[in-house]
Amino acid sequence: MLEAILLTIITAATPLVIAAVGELVTERAGVLNLGVEGMMIMGAVCAFAGSYLTGSPLLGVLCGIIGGALFSLLFGFLTLTLVTNQVATGLALTILGLGLSGQIGESFVGIPGVKLQPIVFPVLSDIPFVGPLLFKQDITFYLSIALIIGVNWFLFKSRTGLKMRAIGDNHGSAHALGINVIRTRYLAVMFGGACAGLAGAQLSLVYTPQWVENMSAGRGWIALALVVFASWRPWRVFAGGYIFGAVGILQLHAQAFGIGVPSQFLSMLPYAVTIVVLIIISHNRRTTLINTPASLGKPFVPDR
Amino acid sequence: MKKLIIALAATVAALGGLSSGAQAQEKTKVCFVYVGTKTDGGWTQAHDIGRQELQKAFADKIETPYLESVPEGPDAERAIERMARSGCAMIFTTSFGFMDATVKVAEKFPKVKFEHATGFKAGPNLATYNSRFYEGRYIQGQIAAKMSKKGLAGYIASFPIPEVVMGINAFELGAKSVNPNFKLKVVWANTWFDPGKEADAAKALIDQGVDILTQHTDTTAPMQVAAERGILAFGQASDMIAAGPKTQLTAIVDTWGAYYIKRTKALLDGTWKSEQIWDGLKDGILTMAPYTNMPDDVKAMAEETEAKIKSGELHPFTGPINKQDGSAWLKAGEKADDGTLLGMNFYIEGVDDKLPK
Amino acid sequence: MRIELEKRASASSLFQIVSPLLALVLTLLFGALMFWMLGKNPGHALYAFFIEPLLEVWSLHELAIKAAPLILIAVGLSVCYRSNNWNIGAEGQFTIGAIVGSILPVLVPQWHSPLVLPLMLIMGAIGGALFAAIPALLRTRFNTNEILVSLMLVYIAQLFLDWLVRGPWRDPKGFNFPQTISFAKEAVLPELLESGRAHWAIVFAIIAAVGIWFMMRYMLKGFEVTVLGRSERAGRFAGFSSRRMVWFSMMLSGAFAGLAGISEVSGSINHLQPSISPGYGFTAIIVAFLGRLNPLGIIVSGFILALTYLGGEAAQLSIGVSDKVTRVFQGLLLFFVLSCDTLILYRIRIVLSSDRAAVEGRS
Repeated sequence: MLEAILLTIITAATPLVIAAVGELVTERAGVLNLGVEGMMIMGAVCAFAGSYLTGSPLLGVLCGIIGGALFSLLFGFLTLTLVTNQVATGLALTILGLGLSGQIGESFVGIPGVKLQPIVFPVLSDIPFVGPLLFKQDITFYLSIALIIGVNWFLFKSRTGLKMRAIGDNHGSAHALGINVIRTRYLAVMFGGACAGLAGAQLSLVYTPQWVENMSAGRGWIALALVVFASWRPWRVFAGGYIFGAVGILQLHAQAFGIGVPSQFLSMLPYAVTIVVLIIISHNRRTTLINTPASLGKPFVPDR
Repeated sequence: MKKLIIALAATVAALGGLSSGAQAQEKTKVCFVYVGTKTDGGWTQAHDIGRQELQKAFADKIETPYLESVPEGPDAERAIERMARSGCAMIFTTSFGFMDATVKVAEKFPKVKFEHATGFKAGPNLATYNSRFYEGRYIQGQIAAKMSKKGLAGYIASFPIPEVVMGINAFELGAKSVNPNFKLKVVWANTWFDPGKEADAAKALIDQGVDILTQHTDTTAPMQVAAERGILAFGQASDMIAAGPKTQLTAIVDTWGAYYIKRTKALLDGTWKSEQIWDGLKDGILTMAPYTNMPDDVKAMAEETEAKIKSGELHPFTGPINKQDGSAWLKAGEKADDGTLLGMNFYIEGVDDKLPK
Repeated sequence: MRIELEKRASASSLFQIVSPLLALVLTLLFGALMFWMLGKNPGHALYAFFIEPLLEVWSLHELAIKAAPLILIAVGLSVCYRSNNWNIGAEGQFTIGAIVGSILPVLVPQWHSPLVLPLMLIMGAIGGALFAAIPALLRTRFNTNEILVSLMLVYIAQLFLDWLVRGPWRDPKGFNFPQTISFAKEAVLPELLESGRAHWAIVFAIIAAVGIWFMMRYMLKGFEVTVLGRSERAGRFAGFSSRRMVWFSMMLSGAFAGLAGISEVSGSINHLQPSISPGYGFTAIIVAFLGRLNPLGIIVSGFILALTYLGGEAAQLSIGVSDKVTRVFQGLLLFFVLSCDTLILYRIRIVLSSDRAAVEGRS
């Protein structure tokens, strides 16, 4: 039973982790994109459409990634080229995404989707307990792990990552050093969009293989919260995603087990736990300040 | 700046005026207010299918405009008033949360007929209608008791309102009529519509050992999970067989179309009266999806029960029934009255859950 | 080819007027194109969207009802954002304001007194302010990020309301449906005019907007908000406390959101129910920025956004476009308004790639 519960938690946490790590990169470059929910739902509908039209869920995943990235480009053009306000543009992107995805997906409602099949590692997947959990999952799970490791390496070990953090911390001096601020930020925004799209693909191809309007049901907002919660560190995003997923699943089990607490209070738990954990980790003022991208959300126009 | 806006407005107005003049306005308008989108795959979609049937039945005589995704609250009152003002002769408001808004607008527009789904406030020009979903749930309970090897089913519930509690009790009653020791586990998802959460709830129940699932939420996600885990399940609101061809035993299908046609006919004949209607299987307001994935004897039993309910021979809530704590509720042979059912806030014996208070 | 921006020496007063008009023209053009592609008559569709809701008196009332909470919340948020405090949980403060304000009419319905209504409004504002004090406290005491805490508290507030109306506050005569008892007459915010439903909330909203505009423009507090928002350091030199500003701005915006919440419940809904807001707290964030964080601008943007909601309904009914199309249209409108505002501060130049090579060659 523990194994089954853990499997459920992994499915619930994966989209949160993927979308959050993408937004983390965007924010590390100094751009605040509040449109995660909109990009995620666009990813979900594109992935479902791709999978349905080509018959291949894998191509569907690809369509989700591309759909999310292209949609984020709209945000990039407005906030980076036209320097519109990032908060308002992100919120508008969500409104647009919810409407547009509904319009695109109108003909897919009620069609059962094809579930993305797990990739089974021979031998390893036969290890009791660990095998099914870690070596018999679909590609989105492996990608979520790869993304965490990759982004962690990229941000803290690679030169480009260093440059990107420099932009996020002070775009003025980064520009003076000859780093192309706008181009890097475009790439970071599109990476965030691609990740949100992938998370959406996980929703419509793995979590619940189907398309219904508004199926992201607020998960994009949770992903946004996770980034801050993680104080912009990839591994903390991972941990946060799993804590959030676990509390949500365990409260359902607590109910089925029959404890007499009103279910609304149990449903509050993931949010309350997030706040408590946040208080604990942000108690140390210095570490949070170091990680917060100082120019987050501020407009940048190169002087000439 | 102001002048420019006015000039623009005038241009647009002229364009709009030109096109609207061309339209003929002879048909009777029967209007619908939806709480969700018409393609939500559940509650609202069932109403919209009913609307389409209605439109087909009276092809040239009526028009059926509708408003989607109307939030409950002040927006609802505005939406309904807009319909009344736009010349709707009859307005169906299809969510419980529209009740007070419908009452207010109905008082303002005495000539327009209003029909509110699942509420309890009526007026001279305001009728209410509802469906006896519990009749279907009773049949489902019986099937579950026959098909479950463990004598344990899982119920994904949305919110603890009487409608849902009534459904849970009816299911348990049906099951106990076959297997007196049948147990029912309940999980409250606290949502009508969140495929992810519904799937999580389904998985949690299956992990707790249930081998039959039923749901009172709107998406097919639980059906998909059941199919994946190889257990059996019941559909909700619409026939969900596509999501689980080898999984769905039957489904309660909301077939509002029959009701909408009946009421529109009355409207056109001039025989419409305000009534509080609570129709059931026999009136066709709900139907059972084909009984599938079960042996013939179980199917025969289900069909027999359905026939008995239709003929009025069987009322699911017939005593002796005890409440959850073992105290007596209905004496042998006593039938629950509609008032008690519509306000039901207690479990009957055998439900393994504490009702959220 | 690429687009370059050049900062103007000072904000262009010409484009402050031209920009919204340009946005309107672009929206009309793109909207017409979109409706034409969907096979709808563009003129008819745009008429339904922008003109129809303005033609009838009852509809103007509805516009005021819809705009009031948006303006009231957005005005409070503008002070927050100007001082660089990121309260995005106004939806939660709205909800708690509605709950605290409803204590009297729900729990002591037998108390009939003209005092009830003012007390309700005050309690609602206090409730919202106290709920916003939670992120303020955590921010000042533990340095916890207020964006996240205020957002998480939205969900908690909504679930708490859900529990109240399904549990302890449920109307005992309401067939166990999730609603409180209906408020008595003394507890209902009166309507302004005979001709429609609009009630006092819109008056509160306008007063709040003008008041905050006055504060920001003529009072030391407004100066303090601006200075601390630009630079915490500069503020410290001027003797302002950023800590106190966190408390002030959060609680002010919380109080406004709470007042909006109780006004909405008392004036429009007349009881508590599980859903009391179609996302006013979030939409108000857009309203605040659309109004360029200027309280008077917020009045205008609040009415514009309200108009798109009403227009969306009118378009659904009269030409049968779906609600998805109306949402897409709303998104487009916001995009155009936001990007046209760029012209106020910047000059836009389109650089052809050959030019660019030439420029780079020279330098």
